[in-house]
Amino acid sequence: MSQMNMIQSVRSALDVMMDKDPTVIVLGQDVGYFGGVFRCTDGLQAKYGEHRVIDAPIAEGGIIGSAIGIGVNGLRPVAEIQFADYIYPGLDQIISELARLRYRSGGEFFSPVTVRAPCGGGIRGGQTHSQSPEALFTHLSGVKTVMPSNPYDAKGLLISAIESDDPVIFFEPKRIYNGPFDGDPNKPAVPWSKHPGGEVPEDYYSIPLGKAAVVEEGDDLTVITYGTMVHVAQAAVNKAGVSADIIDVRSLVPLDVETLKKSVEKTGRCLVTHEASRFSGYGAELVATVQEECFWHLQAPIERVAGWETPYPHAFEWDYFPAQDRIIAGIKNIMEAV
Amino acid sequence: MTPKSRLHIPHPPSRPGEAPDFSYLALSEAGAVARPASNVPAREIESLACELVRVLDDEGAAQGEWAPDLSADQLREALRLMLLTRQYDARMQRAQRQGKISFYMQSLGEEAISIAQGMALESGDMMFPSYRNQGLFIMRGTSLVDLMCQCLSNTRDMCKGRQMPIMYHNKQANIFSVSGNLATQYPHAVGWAMASAIKGEDHIASSWVGDGSTAEADFHYALTFAAVYQAPVILNVVNNQWAISTFQGFAGGERRSFAARGLGLGIPGVRVDGNDLLAVYAVTQWAAERARQGGGPTLIEHVTYRGGAHSTSDDPSRYRPKDEWESFPLGDPVERLKQHLVNEGHWSDEQHTALIEELKEQVNEAWKEAVSYGTMTEGPKLDVRVMFDDVYSEVPPHLEKQRQELLALRGSSE
Repeated sequence: MSQMNMIQSVRSALDVMMDKDPTVIVLGQDVGYFGGVFRCTDGLQAKYGEHRVIDAPIAEGGIIGSAIGIGVNGLRPVAEIQFADYIYPGLDQIISELARLRYRSGGEFFSPVTVRAPCGGGIRGGQTHSQSPEALFTHLSGVKTVMPSNPYDAKGLLISAIESDDPVIFFEPKRIYNGPFDGDPNKPAVPWSKHPGGEVPEDYYSIPLGKAAVVEEGDDLTVITYGTMVHVAQAAVNKAGVSADIIDVRSLVPLDVETLKKSVEKTGRCLVTHEASRFSGYGAELVATVQEECFWHLQAPIERVAGWETPYPHAFEWDYFPAQDRIIAGIKNIMEAV
Repeated sequence: MTPKSRLHIPHPPSRPGEAPDFSYLALSEAGAVARPASNVPAREIESLACELVRVLDDEGAAQGEWAPDLSADQLREALRLMLLTRQYDARMQRAQRQGKISFYMQSLGEEAISIAQGMALESGDMMFPSYRNQGLFIMRGTSLVDLMCQCLSNTRDMCKGRQMPIMYHNKQANIFSVSGNLATQYPHAVGWAMASAIKGEDHIASSWVGDGSTAEADFHYALTFAAVYQAPVILNVVNNQWAISTFQGFAGGERRSFAARGLGLGIPGVRVDGNDLLAVYAVTQWAAERARQGGGPTLIEHVTYRGGAHSTSDDPSRYRPKDEWESFPLGDPVERLKQHLVNEGHWSDEQHTALIEELKEQVNEAWKEAVSYGTMTEGPKLDVRVMFDDVYSEVPPHLEKQRQELLALRGSSE
């Protein structure tokens, strides 16, 4: 066991898998010699060679499109999209090809591509370096969508993603690459070494896709979230002085409905929160699922706390970000409802 | 007066009711283009992208350095495969008109490309076809019954009822699944070829798009990646002059040949008479040899003509002269190969007529068998349970739940 931040644990997952399986290759912009703009592939090219850690042209559609062909030819590509905000030129290849290849070919062809993309805001990235586009991918049939909230989960989930014969879109919340973040930008940064999620085995382990984690247990309400917001929600719940189940869904598709159901049936109250904007956000699916599964157990309307329905603004980052105060207000609404 | 900028709207040379005019097509004499060694640097052979490699002359004689070494048996087999493709197309076109299948796309006039290229490639080479490459499936031995069952979406459909007609695949024969989206297969072919090189294998990839699809971003991604990594891939542009109703000028064909699209990236381009089976075979063999020697990609433009409608949903009489194909200077690929074989004493009109009858019979027999596995209107029907399979490698709980929900509605459950 050692201390790792999320960059190191992502790198460790790639390293473990490249060592274990010679068909695993990495490609993306700046991932090779330089080791990635976030350093997630640092040292991998020196260790595994230029044929397995490949610097790519600036063409996301080409990266994903060629990765599909590489996968069809028996290799297991992990494609890095430098920022989730840049994934859109590759959308047609993801939606029309990657997601549907197995289905359309009667189960005969498939391409086990993992697409990694740093996402989310809170890094002064403005509208082109802060987006959380996960909901777009959860609407597809045929890809899995994952977002970890700590280094331990990141490594275990990424290993499962690489091993999966299904394509996986793997979002890495970059605000928490170096440490957990409770939503208050004025507090000094906290390193992962102070958090149990920063304890990461050096060797192989995996966390199955499709299983949520209950990160905190309580009785008053259930908070359902993922990514950076797991930490914001924890801080908000503590500050609000309530006792809550906090569920990190981790795998957005497939979704662990049972864990949500069990919790909300117990607490009878539910708040859903994510950083992405609210309308047609993934939270809408969570709310609908909880409503369908747990309606007769609900004692209050389900609350949603999310990014405003504007592009991510550079100057108003902390007004846009759904921070603790908004979650606390949401909790108050739920707890005060009859 | 000062000159002003102006918007250029391309116009085809003739519209319905007007005389066809192919004077825009740059042609070379058969045998006139020199055949360079397959390993020469791209910059030394840029003229190949603008000239037109032709082997068969107007009298059906093979001319020049590109004339391939093909036996009479091989050529007769090529003719048979072209004719089989044409008979298959004709039968399926009729099936659509009879309401037996929802949609169809013929390859009329373009048969030489798939057949010649299929013959020039090795069986381990991977093909990433477009929607008008049925000849590749036929020449690699996919049974007509299998192809027909796909179009019928019946109980024997290789796609399990999930794709429109003609979106075939044949994994065993190394032919990728046809997408309904244009040019998406181009980067796949390049990626497949990259993997082949990464693994140190000898197999190459080949892909096809039409002139219209060269405008898609995927075309440009594929060329860039192929050039950067020198991927062992043959990228084909089938320039059949028409993209539904827009002529090739709307894809930029008025300025320069499609074969020249790769020159800026250092990809050799070869422009070939796509209706000349011998020339297409020779050029493909050249490009395959180049790729296998580590020479990287080649972009081949096949100059041909879409003899039929774009699809059964299209009516070309509304936008182009009805008799345009008859005036196409490169003729009909079937007639040209036939003429060559007859002139060489390897074939006769009688044999030709007899072969067409035999192939018609073969296609009709296949159709009878195919419809016995079901049609859109008559059983047996595909089991609706398969709708939920193959979305993922294993059926996840939410899809199993939806399957049971549907089965309950249909009054049966597992």
